[in-house]
Amino acid sequence: MSSTQSLPKVRTLMLTLSVFIMTACDISQLNNPYPEADHGQSILYSSFAERPKHLDPAVAYSSDEYGFICQIYEPPLQYHYLKRPYQLQPLTAAEMPEVRYLDKQGNALAETASDTEVAFSEYLISIKPGIEFQPHPAFSQSEPGRYLYHALSKEQLAAIDTLADLPVQQSRSLTAEDYVYQIKRLAYAKIQSPIAELMAGYIDGFSEFTRQTAAVDIADLKNQNLRGVEAVNEHAYRIRIKGKYPQFEYWLAMPFFAPMPWEADAFYDQPGLKNKNITLDWFPIGTGPFWLKENNPNRRMVLAKNPHYHADFYPTDGDPGDKEAGLLNDAGKLLPFVDKVVYTLEKETIPYWAKFLQGYYDASGIASDSFDQAVQFSGSGDPLLTPMMRDKQIQLHTSVATSIFYMGFNMLDPVLGGAGEASRKLRQAIAIAVDYEEFIAIFANGRGLAAQGALPPGIFGYRDGAAGINPVVYDWLNGKPQRKAIEKARQLLAEAGYPNGIDPKTGQALLLYFDTTATGSDDKALMNWYRKQFEKLGIQLVIRGTDYNRFQEKMRTGAAQIFVWGWNADYPDPENFFFLLYGPNSKVGQGGENAGNYANPEFDRLFEKMRNMDNGPERQIIIDRMQDILRRDAPWLFGYYPKDFALLHSWYQNLKPARMINNRLKYSRVDTDLREQKRQEWNQAEFWPLLLGFVLLAVAFLPAVKAYRRRQQETQS
Amino acid sequence: MMSYVIRRILYALPLLLAVNVLTFVLFFVVNSPDDMARMQLGQKRVTEQAIQNWKHQHGYDLPLLWNAEQTGGKQLSETIFYQKSINLFLFDFGLSDSGRNIGSDIRQRMWPSLALALPSLIVGLSVNITLALLVVLFRNTYVELGSSVLLVMLMSVSSLFYIIGGQFLIGKLLKLVPISGYDDGWAAIKFLILPVIISVVAGIGSGVRWYRSLFLEEVERDYVRTARAKGLSETQVLFKHVLKNAMIPILTGVVVVLPLLFMGSLIMESFFSIPGLGSYTIDAINRQDFSIVRAMVFLGSVLYIAGLLLTDISYTLVDPRVRLS
Repeated sequence: MSSTQSLPKVRTLMLTLSVFIMTACDISQLNNPYPEADHGQSILYSSFAERPKHLDPAVAYSSDEYGFICQIYEPPLQYHYLKRPYQLQPLTAAEMPEVRYLDKQGNALAETASDTEVAFSEYLISIKPGIEFQPHPAFSQSEPGRYLYHALSKEQLAAIDTLADLPVQQSRSLTAEDYVYQIKRLAYAKIQSPIAELMAGYIDGFSEFTRQTAAVDIADLKNQNLRGVEAVNEHAYRIRIKGKYPQFEYWLAMPFFAPMPWEADAFYDQPGLKNKNITLDWFPIGTGPFWLKENNPNRRMVLAKNPHYHADFYPTDGDPGDKEAGLLNDAGKLLPFVDKVVYTLEKETIPYWAKFLQGYYDASGIASDSFDQAVQFSGSGDPLLTPMMRDKQIQLHTSVATSIFYMGFNMLDPVLGGAGEASRKLRQAIAIAVDYEEFIAIFANGRGLAAQGALPPGIFGYRDGAAGINPVVYDWLNGKPQRKAIEKARQLLAEAGYPNGIDPKTGQALLLYFDTTATGSDDKALMNWYRKQFEKLGIQLVIRGTDYNRFQEKMRTGAAQIFVWGWNADYPDPENFFFLLYGPNSKVGQGGENAGNYANPEFDRLFEKMRNMDNGPERQIIIDRMQDILRRDAPWLFGYYPKDFALLHSWYQNLKPARMINNRLKYSRVDTDLREQKRQEWNQAEFWPLLLGFVLLAVAFLPAVKAYRRRQQETQS
Repeated sequence: MMSYVIRRILYALPLLLAVNVLTFVLFFVVNSPDDMARMQLGQKRVTEQAIQNWKHQHGYDLPLLWNAEQTGGKQLSETIFYQKSINLFLFDFGLSDSGRNIGSDIRQRMWPSLALALPSLIVGLSVNITLALLVVLFRNTYVELGSSVLLVMLMSVSSLFYIIGGQFLIGKLLKLVPISGYDDGWAAIKFLILPVIISVVAGIGSGVRWYRSLFLEEVERDYVRTARAKGLSETQVLFKHVLKNAMIPILTGVVVVLPLLFMGSLIMESFFSIPGLGSYTIDAINRQDFSIVRAMVFLGSVLYIAGLLLTDISYTLVDPRVRLS
């Protein structure tokens, strides 16, 4: 009886399931993480793994922070988007700065004046008229001079959670004073700009200004006079530099020198806003192509097109090959191309990669976990996309970064350091033995170029081909550098006084110490590899794993012996790499960036000469000499220049990889129709495995249910 | 009961102080104020002067626990410990070392944590209890044997496997829900389905075994035999009588974790990019932000103590024989 009653139920259930399955077949993008309202909009989707620490351009100094603020703030100069080597060009400046040299009395000198004659360099920067800041409550006035929100009452503060809660948002024109004010902020001790001490060495009056404003409230900062920086008129300002410092123009392309309206500090300095995490460090005020519409660093950050953005156009010329690559398709068009950029917090690489493959991120780097899925190498060693990536029409862009990872020796160490012949030969032997080509293949998935010197490609002074190899470590064979045989390293080691790696003092294998923060289980393979490289020479390498803090302390005190370090260029000039080896910059004693404490009087003298020179044959000769000195002294194993691999979906256009160019989002274009089509195609939900699972479960339980019912019936009867 | 509650709160004060001292000592054994400054200032062009400035501005230029240069009460109060800890007892968490208001961050981030933890708890509890009762119902059959083997297997699998496997299967292969992310309001539901399912599945092995053992103890009791003798079906016996009488140990386990739901799940939040307090704590530890670490440890201690207190109180509600005095 019960079985006949349950038949209609079963039929209804089957019918419902059929309808569900048929409906489900049409469902796509159930996994879409974005709101329905985003559909069809010109939005670029990206992610961030860690919230930026600072968005104040006076403080921010890391690449993840620049990813945001360089779209918002505009320094006077920028790099040409397409041309390599990097070329500076005006951004908000009307033209490149006018530079004139002065003697101690302030008299103008000829351009050809020698370094010793030049007491000051003056940079006159004229800015384009008509540039407006983004709308912001800091500018809002009820009448001229009466700011609506500079003194918020308790009642007003209670009603505010975000800046959007302040209804009146006005703008104003950019003036030269805004640039001057930002330089004052760099010097203001309470802001703690990381380049304050560096600039104190260059900008006239900078240190005095820091002392003079130590007790001054930030609200009064604009009224303080900074001797070396002044607004000449509404659209021009002048910066006076001590001596000659040609690299200063590169600094003018960094957000440190972007304009800051005084109203920003007057507004954000209110304690009530700070308590609500509404600060200049989190809510920028800029003139750039985008403004930070939503800042929830715990979840999502959204850049929206600045409605007041000035006329700015896509470049009309580039490098050979750019036109063929489609990078000039938008030549001369008004920027920016996308309306919004949505950054979503994505802490783990696995979901990030999966979302990229589903089309929910427009571009991606390649984590080592997913490298094999994305890239394979051809017989000639060129990176190629895997068939899966090609099926999805994903594009691969590679470029050598203006960075270097090197293995450094502490030159104060009694065994490895010093300028003596024995220690030099020991370092040279190690340089040959540690096979960085193998390192790149195993640990960097081929994403690197073995370094031949301190300068990576793209930096003036870098030499390609036979002229650019490190003759201590490589020979030029068959049109490419070939690492010298290990026998050569052993010979050098013997000449250094360690035949077969035996330390004559102990009669045992020479013991060397490698200090590292790589202490995780994932790092074991790498550490074993380092050991094996030294074992080739019979040297025993002791790994001293330590936490980051202790490692830093060892470096500061000169207690480390061998270490691995890296450097990302601030600007594309050889000075920004060679200063890492300049004696007066040593880490021990000076606290500088010369981590290995290398000091060579000839190198230092050449560095002092080279740093103030314009690029040209004479500078190249000096750079070549400096490279030769470094290759001979071997204070570093030059390691490798990392290669950036970027994957772009077919709908992402106009991306030319370049680490130096941080304001590149304005050039990016997205084909939203194509993206929508691909997303639909790639994200059809699959229900049948779930249903199958349920059926299997039911089948497994059915005998037990029957047995239970039988037992119940028996008990009741 | 009120006097009991007040007494427990007073007992909690020295406990919280001790937790605070311990956190402080452990943190500063590993990190010096100089290390913290370096971490905050970044790696490029950090000078000694910049470090001193940072310490001064953030109040880390004082001695740690005892200021020998001061006299009287200032020897204690002019220290990093006093300056950073005393306001905690007023639930004023102050600013993080990166300058954000911690209280505001906590208020914002506890809701996503709760949005994940509460459904996980409720659904997990319901599923575990139901499955445990079913296993007991089918005791002495192949279902019980198979279930026991399966439960041990489920217990043995790492929670990371559930997360990655779940994301791969449901998010990537079946494409039924977003793999990770979060949104405000009701839009958060589609992001919570997967982590909740994974939390529940990951907890089935241990949960069901625990409840099964509770129920097995109960089914042998006299009142169960009486209920059966009255002619009640086995399902009625289990779901009405056994479940009700097993509530005390269930409550003990559940009530104590209720306040801690606000603290979030460290791994889940990180893998699913849920902006809760679990990932907030992990990030703070990674960034050596002492202000956040001490605030979160303090809050965790307070909530744990509150959980224990609530457990005691809940005993009186489910078992009238228990009196708090």
